Amino acid sequence: MQVYADNAATTKISSHALQAMMPCFEKFYGNPSSLHTAGQEAKEVLEDARARVAACLGCEPREIIFTSGGSEADNQAIISAAYYGARKGKKHIISTAFEHHAVLHTLNRLEKEGFEVTLLDVKNGHNVTAEQVRDAIREDTCLVTCMYANNEIGSVLPVAQIGTVCKAAGVPFHTDAVQAAGHLHIDVKAQNIDLLSLSGHKFHGPKGVGALYVRRGFPLTNVIEGGAQERGKRAGTENLPAICGMAAALEDACAHMEENNAKVTAMRDRLIEGLSKIPHCALNGDPVNRLPGNVSFCFEGIEGEALLLLLDMKGICASSGSACTSGSLDPSHVLLAIGRVHDVAHGSLRLSLSHCNTDEEVDHILAEVPQVVQTLRDMSPVWRDLQKGEREYIL
Amino acid sequence: MALYSEIVMDHFTHPRNVGVIEDADGVGQVGNAKCGDIMKIYLKIEKDIIVDVKFETFGCGSAIASSSMATEMIKGKPISEALQLTNKAVAEALDGLPAHKLHCSVLAEEAIKSALKDYYDRNGIAYDKSQFPDCDNCVHCHG
Repeated sequence: MQVYADNAATTKISSHALQAMMPCFEKFYGNPSSLHTAGQEAKEVLEDARARVAACLGCEPREIIFTSGGSEADNQAIISAAYYGARKGKKHIISTAFEHHAVLHTLNRLEKEGFEVTLLDVKNGHNVTAEQVRDAIREDTCLVTCMYANNEIGSVLPVAQIGTVCKAAGVPFHTDAVQAAGHLHIDVKAQNIDLLSLSGHKFHGPKGVGALYVRRGFPLTNVIEGGAQERGKRAGTENLPAICGMAAALEDACAHMEENNAKVTAMRDRLIEGLSKIPHCALNGDPVNRLPGNVSFCFEGIEGEALLLLLDMKGICASSGSACTSGSLDPSHVLLAIGRVHDVAHGSLRLSLSHCNTDEEVDHILAEVPQVVQTLRDMSPVWRDLQKGEREYIL
Repeated sequence: MALYSEIVMDHFTHPRNVGVIEDADGVGQVGNAKCGDIMKIYLKIEKDIIVDVKFETFGCGSAIASSSMATEMIKGKPISEALQLTNKAVAEALDGLPAHKLHCSVLAEEAIKSALKDYYDRNGIAYDKSQFPDCDNCVHCHG
């Protein structure tokens, strides 16, 4: 049995999205910037897609900028808010310790340019609070950037409350909603979000396309210079097939959110319950406010890459935050941020589900993971020491 | 292309010589859990010949495969030959390792040397200290 349980990494494109893309290759292949009929037809298709993405987020079409993906949207949002702040003498940015690297590395770059960054720690080991944000805001804070939901451990942040805090303080609020869009209800106006990033391929759309919502009037800094596409804020001929595929996928995901989430949450909870029975393991992330499809565990005494390879041989595609899967010596910064020590952070497993998964697949995962964990523990000197009492269990 | 060679995958999924020798004549452990790799080697030695060897490894696929291959390469061999085993030879026997995984073969070499050093120490046999690496100062974990 083949089980794809890595939907937080990327998803299978839906037939709905694929169908929406095809006419852009075959019929609407004109350049939306061209004056002729073929170009203007493509322009119409582009603007239709923009309106549909906007409707899913509760904003106006002109507040949507299409990008090459979530990372570019994150880069542009953060750089724009930082430079806007700097013009007013404000150079302090608030974020969290468990953001995606698209955010953290952009912040690192800004630090080198003289900005000061406060990274909120992950309280209780699984989430941040709006109070933490409120307490960190200063006179010179020019941006709060907090993810909507964490990609590794599934915690869903109190975005609406953070939005309220930011609005009250008059500080722009950006959220990296790459894991949330299409999975959780988003209303940028009601949630007081000024900037929001999303990525097409996380909700069964195509790769290489994303969007940045920018509240009307918020000044953007260009990251890619060139032509006057996207109201002069993002140069480059629009990737119309991908944009149409993303719009269709997002619309589809939002229209079926309730039923998909009910199905996915039930599978997730069955996995969490079943895997929790493995001795000396711990669930990572917020147990309550959690992405519908996220299952994240640390298993003591084993290493994640070996776990992934053995699961792959059983037909299960999963992910891990171990050092060996990242090519660096440190395990994922997210697991370290939530207080997992290196020893157990290496033994992490993330299973991320979508509505394409089935109960039979969940059964297969529940049958295989405990066996694979035991196989690796049986050859682990760490596990032997733990069992003999020569080393203390952490989990 | 797969991440690992067929030989690595074979040794990872069917590791040779996994286990413990309760009355081992030499035991060596290198690496630490913080870095994500620990290898432990148990040797049974008779008349300077490694008559049995077992290993336990906490680590990634290539760490497990490197341990397995290294134990196969020294089993039945005289100590003098086992001391000559290099990480390069282990990696070559595995039909290569990805660059960022070469340290796994280094750990295998060091684990074997550490177990041989333990055998020498237990039996009061004099040896040239420069033959044995100092794992505690290795750049992999402590760089």
